[in-house]
Amino acid sequence: MTEVKPDIVVDARGSYCPGPLMELIKAIKKAEVGQVIAVYSSDSGSKTDIPLWVEKAGHELIAVNDKGDYTEFVVRKKK
Amino acid sequence: MTKLSIIMFSGTADKLMPVGVLASAAAGLGYEVEIFATFWGLLALKKDAPQPDVSKDYGPMAEMFKKIMQEKNMPSFIDMLRQAKEIGNVKIYACAQTFDMMGLKKEDLVDIVDDVIGAMEYLEKSKDADINLFI
Repeated sequence: MTEVKPDIVVDARGSYCPGPLMELIKAIKKAEVGQVIAVYSSDSGSKTDIPLWVEKAGHELIAVNDKGDYTEFVVRKKK
Repeated sequence: MTKLSIIMFSGTADKLMPVGVLASAAAGLGYEVEIFATFWGLLALKKDAPQPDVSKDYGPMAEMFKKIMQEKNMPSFIDMLRQAKEIGNVKIYACAQTFDMMGLKKEDLVDIVDDVIGAMEYLEKSKDADINLFI
């Protein structure tokens, strides 16, 4: 498995739907194209909503890593 | 563009929260969002409004829900709406009738309210929305 080192890490654990997605959107807005953002979320809605949003917004979902009590979503800003 | 329109009528936490959640999710998806705050929903947007209670309709569950919301440090519906406005095109309108009836002034309301409009203007605005909700 290739590990991509994130440029920005957003720890949204403990925040509830749609909190982690909102944190990701804000981070992506501030980031530069090509940068990689990792979001940590313990909210179960993120598992469907984050991939859905990333696809709709035209970014790249590099990885979804199950970390036990939370999930790490790794996203590259594409535009 | 997809548009979500919500009449925010209720003033209890269990109904205001879904307004915040849906508005945030819609803003995240790039939908245009319009919220028409009326009656209890508008009073919940007063600067001096108390923390909204959970509806008594749900009996003992209400107290439990309130406790959980405090314990888990849930953001208020106002914070959720503020965040939704930061990331997307979200407009919040105060119902002119409630506004006048309660003798409100624009400065009595939290700063997320964009304008005061009448029922007719709201209907004209929301008639082409893809999703119309009354909460």
